[in-house]
Amino acid sequence: MDAPVKTPVLEGWFTLDEREPHLLGACCSACGTYYFPKAIKFCRHPDCAGETFEEVKLSRTGRIWSYTNAAYKPPEPYISNDPFVPYGIAAVELEKERMIVLGQVASGVGVEALKVGMQVELILESLDDGKLTWKWKPLAENKP
Amino acid sequence: MNKDIAILGVGMHPWGKWGRNFVEYGVVAARAALADAGVNWRDVQFVSGAATMRNGYPGYVAGATFAQALGWQGAQVNTSYAACASGSQALAAARSKILSGECEVALVIGADTTPKGFLAPQKGERPDDPDWVRFRVGITNPTYFALYARRRMALYGDTQDDFALVKVKNAEHGFDNPNARYRKKFSAQDVAASAMVADPLRLMDICATSDGAAALIVSSLDYARRIGKKDAPRVAAISTVTPTFATDTVEMPDLATDSAVAAEPLRFRAALPRKAYEEAGIGPEDVSLAEVYDLSTALELDWMEDLQFCARGEAARLVREGVTRIGGRLPVNPSGGLACFGEAVPAQALAQVCELTWQLRGQSGSRQVQGAKVGITANQGLFGHGSSVIVKR
Ligand SMILES: [Zn+2]
Repeated sequence: MDAPVKTPVLEGWFTLDEREPHLLGACCSACGTYYFPKAIKFCRHPDCAGETFEEVKLSRTGRIWSYTNAAYKPPEPYISNDPFVPYGIAAVELEKERMIVLGQVASGVGVEALKVGMQVELILESLDDGKLTWKWKPLAENKP
Repeated sequence: MNKDIAILGVGMHPWGKWGRNFVEYGVVAARAALADAGVNWRDVQFVSGAATMRNGYPGYVAGATFAQALGWQGAQVNTSYAACASGSQALAAARSKILSGECEVALVIGADTTPKGFLAPQKGERPDDPDWVRFRVGITNPTYFALYARRRMALYGDTQDDFALVKVKNAEHGFDNPNARYRKKFSAQDVAASAMVADPLRLMDICATSDGAAALIVSSLDYARRIGKKDAPRVAAISTVTPTFATDTVEMPDLATDSAVAAEPLRFRAALPRKAYEEAGIGPEDVSLAEVYDLSTALELDWMEDLQFCARGEAARLVREGVTRIGGRLPVNPSGGLACFGEAVPAQALAQVCELTWQLRGQSGSRQVQGAKVGITANQGLFGHGSSVIVKR
């Protein structure tokens, strides 16, 4: 029997390929500027009148620009178990897209294991309510 | 043409968590400003209110609400919303009216009653609202401040002890300020003992939200002269520029920066004072004191660099050397800053101008910055809003 399909916390924000997931962005056909999330109708580059966009998979690896954690349970609509387990958060620089994307850090990875400049990859994990979300996980082999 | 306007009077309602209607605070601040200016309410020709946005909350109609509470007298009215910069935009509206000759004297006013507890988004499933989305995936306000703080630690070698020094300094500054909400001195040990909220920031590194009100009476230089206040401090610049694409910093409530593949990444915070300096025709070397938006202790260090008080990465050293303390070469947040006030959004940018005015008049008592001639404010809020105001005498 197939495992039940998990639902994403946000529809259409990332692919559901659990082995090699990607965030889904948009790329302006006129100037090449990337957008995440992908919901974009008019390019925001002030010199670009672009109105057509291609859906693109964003790079699934990047380097940590900065990081922190949530030591306290966030308010709703965040849903978490009791007792609350703190989680890491990373801002990750994607080289090709030249943008920084936030996300939680893989569960079990604390701030003490993180470093600015560290290489991370995108993974999918369930939130406490069972919905899938994207998270950043340090690569096993980190090149400086 | 001289584009300055005069600040005839300033007034505040003390910051706190009073839980009363914001209109009450606003009237207290407005009456104090009128008395300070020696201007009769009937003579005010323009009421410029700073608003905040909360569903079901009447702060939207700030200008008219305050005008009615003070007694309708037929003045023209305006309401400005610009998040943390609402007060500066209300001031800019008053300046335009005055410089265009449409009025001579105006009341600029902002007041707030903040909700209890965590600031959280409205209920309901709203995936199109970036503010709802980021809370949904567990990104709260302190996350952003902590990311900036950690970035400083990695880039410049700042430490949590450096951040604590900012809190200690601001607590000392605000200790005697009758309008401050928190008037208690803290040691670096107190800060280090407070609970971790978002590593590396602790509870005492992050500002609270407060109730409060601030008001200004501003006029043309000619009007100031006529009522015997030709030496009143003047507004020399009001910068309310937007960011320029591509922004280099992940800003609340976004989950990503702009992509910089087709435009260079630029820092919004640095653009705000740059425009103010340009407008006033002065530079950072002319500044006697600054009131900056210390939403976190580490953010005060970012502001010092954005205000060009020192090169990138040098701010912590200036704090360690006491440069930014009252008595130092360039005091920052002599009022005590948000650390001692907590944030009352539509009133805060005006409160910063109130402090500069008292300082430039030499009326700040125990927190007086000696020989203060030029002051600058800086703040930044949601949705690309921010401001920087220069006051000189
Ligand atoms: Zn474009």
